[in-house]
Amino acid sequence: MTAEAPTKVIGKALKRREDPQLIVGQGNFLDDIKLAGMVHAVVLRSPYAHARIRSIDTSRAQAHPGVVAVFTGEDMLDINPLPCAWAAAGGRVQNNLNTPRALAVGEVHFAGDAVALVLAEDRYVARDAADLIDVDYEPLGVVVDARKAVEPGAPQLHENAPNNVIFKWDCGDAAATDAAIGSAEVVVREEIINQRLLPTPMETRGALARYESSTGEYTLWTTSQAPHVMRLLLTAFVFGIPEPKLRVISPNVGGGFGQKIFCYNDMAFTMWASKKIGRPVKFVEDRSENFKYSTAGRDHISDVEIAGTRDGQITGLRVQTYANLGAYISTIAPGIPTTLYGRIITGVYKIPAAYAHVTGVYTNTAMVDAYRGAGRPEASYLIERMIDRFAAEIGMDPAEVRRRNFIQPQDFPYHNGMGLLPYDSGNYEPALNRALEMVGYADFRAEQARARAEGRYLGVGLSSYVEICGVAPSAWIGLPGEGWGAGLWESANVRVHLTGQVVVTTGSLPHGQGLETTFAQLVADELGVAYENVVVEHSDTAGTPFGYGTYGSRSAAVGGTAIVKSTAKIKEKARRLAAHMLEASVDDVVFEDGKAYVRGSPDRSKSIGEIALQASVAYSLPEGMEPFLDETTYYDPPNCTFPFGTHIALVEVDGETGAVTLQRYVGVDDVGTVINPLIVDGQLHGGIAQGVAQALFERGVYDDNGQLVTGTLMDYAIPVASSLPSYELDRTVTPSPVNPMGVKGAGEAGTIGSAQAVMNAVIDALAPFGVKHLQMPATAERVWKAMHG
Amino acid sequence: MIPAAFEYFAPGSVAEAIGLLEQHGDEAKLLAGGHSLLPALKLRLSQPGVLIDISRVAELHGIEAGDRLSIGAATTYAAIASDPAVLGGCAVLAECAGQIGDIQVRNRGTLGGALAHADPAADLPAVVLALDAAIAVQGPAGARSISADDMFVEMLTTALEPNEVVTRVTFPVLGAGEGASYAKLKHPASRYAIVGVAAYVRLHADGSVAAARVAVTGAGPRAERQHATESALVGSAGDAAAIAAAAELAGESMEYLGDIHASETYRRAMVKVYTRRALEQAVARARG
Repeated sequence: MTAEAPTKVIGKALKRREDPQLIVGQGNFLDDIKLAGMVHAVVLRSPYAHARIRSIDTSRAQAHPGVVAVFTGEDMLDINPLPCAWAAAGGRVQNNLNTPRALAVGEVHFAGDAVALVLAEDRYVARDAADLIDVDYEPLGVVVDARKAVEPGAPQLHENAPNNVIFKWDCGDAAATDAAIGSAEVVVREEIINQRLLPTPMETRGALARYESSTGEYTLWTTSQAPHVMRLLLTAFVFGIPEPKLRVISPNVGGGFGQKIFCYNDMAFTMWASKKIGRPVKFVEDRSENFKYSTAGRDHISDVEIAGTRDGQITGLRVQTYANLGAYISTIAPGIPTTLYGRIITGVYKIPAAYAHVTGVYTNTAMVDAYRGAGRPEASYLIERMIDRFAAEIGMDPAEVRRRNFIQPQDFPYHNGMGLLPYDSGNYEPALNRALEMVGYADFRAEQARARAEGRYLGVGLSSYVEICGVAPSAWIGLPGEGWGAGLWESANVRVHLTGQVVVTTGSLPHGQGLETTFAQLVADELGVAYENVVVEHSDTAGTPFGYGTYGSRSAAVGGTAIVKSTAKIKEKARRLAAHMLEASVDDVVFEDGKAYVRGSPDRSKSIGEIALQASVAYSLPEGMEPFLDETTYYDPPNCTFPFGTHIALVEVDGETGAVTLQRYVGVDDVGTVINPLIVDGQLHGGIAQGVAQALFERGVYDDNGQLVTGTLMDYAIPVASSLPSYELDRTVTPSPVNPMGVKGAGEAGTIGSAQAVMNAVIDALAPFGVKHLQMPATAERVWKAMHG
Repeated sequence: MIPAAFEYFAPGSVAEAIGLLEQHGDEAKLLAGGHSLLPALKLRLSQPGVLIDISRVAELHGIEAGDRLSIGAATTYAAIASDPAVLGGCAVLAECAGQIGDIQVRNRGTLGGALAHADPAADLPAVVLALDAAIAVQGPAGARSISADDMFVEMLTTALEPNEVVTRVTFPVLGAGEGASYAKLKHPASRYAIVGVAAYVRLHADGSVAAARVAVTGAGPRAERQHATESALVGSAGDAAAIAAAAELAGESMEYLGDIHASETYRRAMVKVYTRRALEQAVARARG
């Protein structure tokens, strides 16, 4: 019988089962969906970054042939503004909370703000008609920079937010930090800017809503990473209707990177308009709108001081950050520069005294919210840049400074003193050592010296990072703790059908992470069934249990654990039913590798298929047992997980032009147990590309009038394969004690670990020029100026 | 990113295209590869009422080898980059065409389109100037030839008369003692030239420089010859010192553009660096 047990698949580099459909063009994305009677929506957007709307005349647009209706913000006052679901710890954002409405009313606050909605028989007509709307604007003062926005006399965005301050938040020990810095042998100060990034998912965002007057029910297809959460927010907060009156479906989603977590105005206005006109309404943003309107990431300005001894011991860290959150508060924006940033600002180091103060700021720019890594890349960049800055100041090898200050293996679970739950597990030095070995660190300095003699500038940059995944438990992250307006558990239902096929439904929402593959691997091994016989269903509130969705690298650690716990319940029920079928005592029956057998008599056994059949037909069940193998789990983890690693970049800087070439990129990551190495590597590859791109290429720039200068892909430089080297990756495995699989999370680690590796390398290359710091991105001109200025 | 409505014509000949241009006047725009025009249409920066698609006009295609290379205006960058006659006789043109934009751009973008549009950061105008290419055009008044030096007048403005169509461009076939090169600092997003320099040299038998043509694109409002550099080089030994000295004179009398990717100051410095690099390679190639 044991010969029948399928091969174990956890740890195998299976190709993603999602891919064939996408590769042959059979995916079903939002814009592929066409409903009978559907109208197309186009949004008229404000050309001004800040203006009072004196009047809007839609009559010419209404009269345009093919136009079905034109609406403005005044028409939609019967629905509420979008909710904020994370007002930061302690409810810091209260009386100054300004979230967007479906369409702006009275005033626009950034260039691209939504002013009017045109519905027409086709998208071209709708776009033409938008040009026929006459809006009389009274332009107002504009501020786009967070530091300038809080200065006296700066233009004010919202009456309830004096000096444009959304919140002031802090963590750590201010007094101890002041003392540590005041008495330190060495203090290094730097302004660290983490520039605005535009997430740029390959598929832009949008929504398609259908209202049925006969039932009063809405269906919303939308590009969301969290359809259940969208249902909750739209029904309970925006529309004030019962939750079951809305079904939310995420079709294939073409990348999210955080930008698709949030509740957007188009979800609200398509629903509202669909009811109003009695026809389905579709809105899909174009790339310009995605850049102008959908959320951006990062955008911090920080004043940082790091203190220590001449022999390399870090004794203090003080951070003052201005976080630009844009013109309104996006769904979870306040939580990003607070909980997910300030609380992990000390990184992988034991820093005895640390303090972070964050000011959240309104500016006349698009909203800023979570973008791949969400707070942790900003933290990791800051501390890793400052460690190098400190090492240079005292003339010590940056690898040695890291070693001297690492949290040690015996320190776990480790409390960093910043209000975070304890780091679960870690062993930082082996990852550092392995990365140094791979890159040939010992020989590099000699090579660097030789190259300098020839006028070539080589640099090496280290980054030892730690991050937070699978944020939980709800009691910590939720309202009484960190201010998240709900929970962060995850759900999973596992059913074994009478044919032996297993159907898993999850509240997670894969949009590129390969969860259909990974989750099937988990279930196949747990239940001892063939991988091919496991189907993973998701993304439709009508067919899946409530779940919080996929973001924050939470799906394996939280969603995966919910699945494993459901399979455990299935196995237990199968064992009891098998005992009944085998006329054995329950205590004598063991479930293992897809079958239940009597201990000591392995030939007396029933396969999971046989058990499932009996459970389904239910001709003979034990007293009191319900039919079917069908188990659901709502799993709330006891802690977050803390992946870590060391990344090293080698660059060459062209001394004449400042152009930076990334020559090698080495990453040693510890994401805990690896379920599918191919998928984990893929996540790391993509993540590293985005981090490298922040260091070298990407920046969202507004001019002083609040116009997005980098509003097209001709101006905003995303990474392409030809601008990156082949990564050299390895890993260490330190299982997480938080979940039974020992997984930590891999979705964001690459992004969190990489930007500072590249920047540290660039700045190392520029050491002969006396360069101590350079802001990102290290464009050729910036580097050239640093060398020749 | 949805264009305003337009009428679309796909003429079968140049004569037919000219007829349509005359008929529709200012309302009409020629469409070839569309890589500059279509984004402008989608952003509604340009809203012509009529598009005349000449990309499938047979007489505008094809590469003919002879004393000079004659290349149809609607020939794509990809076709130029991989053509044996171009690679053999005028490799710098293939080299330049082969690095424009990305594969998708090269499969659509056309030689004639690049020259007629005269984007200040386009690559080919510099090569056309350095190689002294001749641009054959046809219009209501008949056919004529525009020399490269006369072609690029202003930002996005050429010597083309209204209703004229670029039909072919002829390039020299380089022989022994001649060398050319194109060196470029790429814009990180668009891959256009922040600074692009094309250099051509002809050497005497003794290795000294008999002739030189150097042109810069990307840095200013139009692609432009660098006469001071050329004069300094001609008659020199063409060695590293002479090249460096000549390159220092590049860009001195130019107008510059500046943006977030590269300031005027930076472009001015890079013109000298890339002029030197282009010349060094051109001379090395001329020496074989």
